[in-house]
Amino acid sequence: MMATYASGLLGGMLIGLSAVILVVSNGRVAGVSGIAGRLLQGVQTATGTAFVLGLILGPVLYRLVLGEWPAVVLAASWPIVVAGGLLVGYGSRMGSGCTSGHGVVGLARLSRRSMAAVGTFMATAIATVYLMGFFQ
Amino acid sequence: MNRNAAYRVAAALISGTIFGLGLSISGMLNPARVRGFLDITRDWDPTLAFVLAGAVIVSAAGMALVRRMPRPLLDDRFHLPETRGIDRRLIIGSAIFGVGWGMVGLCPGPALASLSLGVPATVLFVAAMFAGMAAHDRLQGARLWQRV
Repeated sequence: MMATYASGLLGGMLIGLSAVILVVSNGRVAGVSGIAGRLLQGVQTATGTAFVLGLILGPVLYRLVLGEWPAVVLAASWPIVVAGGLLVGYGSRMGSGCTSGHGVVGLARLSRRSMAAVGTFMATAIATVYLMGFFQ
Repeated sequence: MNRNAAYRVAAALISGTIFGLGLSISGMLNPARVRGFLDITRDWDPTLAFVLAGAVIVSAAGMALVRRMPRPLLDDRFHLPETRGIDRRLIIGSAIFGVGWGMVGLCPGPALASLSLGVPATVLFVAAMFAGMAAHDRLQGARLWQRV
């Protein structure tokens, strides 16, 4: 169990390092919904494509070093997956960010907007999981 | 400046790769683990709190560094969102995002990173997520909202 928390902490620190690299070198926030959204709009496509390509390469690098893919267990039915994806896409654009932009970068900047955003999406996510638990 | 533009693309690639590696190591690529964190009344898995804590601590150190820099290494100025008030869009948007995140256990970072594994359900999720983003921009007149 402690090893799980330690790898969580280590992985988290790498995510933080990734955000530091992007802001120190490019002056930009490492917010995935923002980067993906701008890519969709055809804005900042070169850096956006490179960042998303990197995101996809990350697990490949993990596979090369550790010899196995990281676990991905998605039990939800396809209608739930589609509905969840639509809400995540719509909501992250409307709320100007997601777990990375508001969570990792916004909280580190002590942004009050990001604190409000994180508190809100944590609350609705916990409530959603709680309610769905009665139907499984 | 042209050389800097190329370096910016390289920096974005490196940043994205480390992000994807961090997600893989932390276990947060796995929707089941993320939902385990959100499931506070049943079999709670606190790992995500450690991930967020590690990320915010390192990120905060970087932000302290940024405050001492006149400009980023590869650009003329920082492109950071200016602090604005807490408005309805922020709260309602975040609330909607949280419901989708709780339903599936995926948010944009892990969703895109897990494309490398080719799991059909995550590919479907990413397609729906982009459709949701496009729907928002269409309804909002494709305005470029500031990212936080």
